[in-house]
Amino acid sequence: MSASHNHPAPAPLGGSLWTPTTMILAALVAIAGVILLVRFLFGLGAVTNINDGYTWGIWVVYDVVIGSAFACGGYSVALLVYIFNKGEYHPMVRPALLASLFGYTLAGAGVIFDLGRYWNFWHIFWPGYAQPNSVMFEVAVCITAYIVVMWIEFSPAFLDKLGMKDVKKKLNKLLFVIIALGTLLPSMHQSSLGSLLVVYGYQINPLWQSLLLPLFYLMTALAIGFAVVIFEACLSSSGFKRPLEMHLLGKLSKVMLWMLAAYLALRFVDLAVRGALGNMFVPGIEALMFWIENALFIAPLVILANAQSRRNPAKLFIAASCLMLAGFLLRIDSYLVGYETGPGWHYFPSVSEIMVSIGMIAAEVLGYIALVRYLPILPGTNETSAVAANK
Amino acid sequence: MSINRRDFLKGALAGGTLLATGAPAEARPNLTMPEEALGLLYDSTLCIGCKACVSACKEVNNMPPEFSTPEQLWDTPLDISGKTLNVIKVYQDGNSETKDSETDGFAFMKVSCLHCVDPSCVSACPVSAMIKDPVTGIVSYNVDACIGCRYCVAACPFGVPRFQYDKAIPQISKCQLCVHRLPEGKYAACAEVCPTGATLYGKVKDLHAEAQRRVALKPGEATLFPRGNINTHDQSPHTAKAAKYLPQIYGEKEVGGTQMLKLSAVPFEKLGMPKLPERSYAATSETMQHTLYGNALVLPLAFLGALTYIAKRNVKHDDDADDEKK
Repeated sequence: MSASHNHPAPAPLGGSLWTPTTMILAALVAIAGVILLVRFLFGLGAVTNINDGYTWGIWVVYDVVIGSAFACGGYSVALLVYIFNKGEYHPMVRPALLASLFGYTLAGAGVIFDLGRYWNFWHIFWPGYAQPNSVMFEVAVCITAYIVVMWIEFSPAFLDKLGMKDVKKKLNKLLFVIIALGTLLPSMHQSSLGSLLVVYGYQINPLWQSLLLPLFYLMTALAIGFAVVIFEACLSSSGFKRPLEMHLLGKLSKVMLWMLAAYLALRFVDLAVRGALGNMFVPGIEALMFWIENALFIAPLVILANAQSRRNPAKLFIAASCLMLAGFLLRIDSYLVGYETGPGWHYFPSVSEIMVSIGMIAAEVLGYIALVRYLPILPGTNETSAVAANK
Repeated sequence: MSINRRDFLKGALAGGTLLATGAPAEARPNLTMPEEALGLLYDSTLCIGCKACVSACKEVNNMPPEFSTPEQLWDTPLDISGKTLNVIKVYQDGNSETKDSETDGFAFMKVSCLHCVDPSCVSACPVSAMIKDPVTGIVSYNVDACIGCRYCVAACPFGVPRFQYDKAIPQISKCQLCVHRLPEGKYAACAEVCPTGATLYGKVKDLHAEAQRRVALKPGEATLFPRGNINTHDQSPHTAKAAKYLPQIYGEKEVGGTQMLKLSAVPFEKLGMPKLPERSYAATSETMQHTLYGNALVLPLAFLGALTYIAKRNVKHDDDADDEKK
């Protein structure tokens, strides 16, 4: 990633890794590790509440489906910077990409925890086993390819640190191919995460079952990508006590606004065309969750429509949080709340199941903190640049 | 920036044109039944709920017993599971006095794999662990290929494939129509042991003809019911009075047809068999996937080309800025 225009070059933050925050995070990761050990020794049923009626619990729906959507910051920003050529967002590329890298790598690891016969996972890529008609095949191949692409896309940060200028220069020459792949692959698998549900047929409530699911998942993944960038910028600015790049975030939120408006319009037109609008008035958990989900999509639309709010960090943060929660609920609702395979089945994640998902988030945050302290990722401020120069 | 925006639009336009012309969105039709397809005919009105089929299924498939009573003396599965491939369920209403009556009556239903003509599990499986035999149409499971993702468990419209959650080395379990007994010249154990011919084995076309014959019978009319294997006549038929059949053969049209056909006097939905469309969900899902990714990945490759072109322009722009600074 070449630095561009007149932005300050990315610089490591420095500072100690052992703080109360990081120690708590490490403890959460350790707890998840112990639970996973039990899972591998005694089977999925020993620690999770999944059953034949809800065979995919939060390890799939949260860790993979939602986790990868929350990791779309790198995708959304790369699309903006390199495809729509909005160079002014360049300082956001590296931090966003790092979060994506972690999110996706952990989502990939999460798949292994959930696969019953994980030692066979390579069959997905192996001719003779691979079954390209399966939506799952597309998702698996595409996510794996994207993880590899992201590590390459991110490698300039390591190369900077290692001082390998020649390699970096050569890589930079080819970086446009990697960037193109880095925008194509997420478009493919984020939409396919929605397509996965189409074969479920009647088992998915009409409020969610639609042939437009791939488009809905793609549009919300992009919007979530922008929301996550805003969310993380707010958190890392308060956590690391750095100035907030308000002019960029405000503009970014405008992109998000249009994205959201288009999504909501399509979503309700689709419901109307399929004659499913009435389902939102059928009393029950499905209708209730549908209302909450869509209220959370509409809330940021209302907040961000006001230009004044787009310049207010607190309001931006609230809008971004609402949107993330809305995207979270769309996925929870379509995979779990709106899924019904027959009478008598229930699912709510067990404590150990939740602790593993929390452990994964903790691992992600911990890795992010460690890397921004040691690698040039966040845009340098005058202060940090001075520290770097003194070295 | 205006130049680059124009480039982007050019690329997008090229992609859009391909989307419109390169992907004719040719619908993938439902798969069709193999000529010599094998299957079962389950006649709820003949079933007496003896569960000989449940017991025989356990034995020939080496499945462990499953307990639902505190004494744990007998194999008493309540549903199919990682330990049970076939159960007989009972429908009860009111005082449960009359067999095959929707009100104040009771009726039985066999729960096991229906061996769909166009199975969702086969379409969903990413590693070809669910296979539909091109000759017999039997949907079988290859444990050595399976990665345990359980997409088949979730996708099946009948909730048939089950998973072993209590094992460190688990597998999917589902009825495979005793495919392992075919080389020995034997057939599905459930049909072999059924004393009334409620579960009948054979070629689907013959089972279908038999089902049509029964539906056309006058209620109360005495008739011969074959038992065991309808094609080899290995067991003697028995005479019984025809029940008041519903004019429906379940599995004839549901999700493109199944190789297990069912007859009943009580509405199928009451017996836990869902109302399903004729178009298979596998066909819907694959049509969508092929529209997006078919034709040798034309669409994704076209977009990749457009994205690469645009990215090259814009990244180069960055490099120039770098050089200027130096």
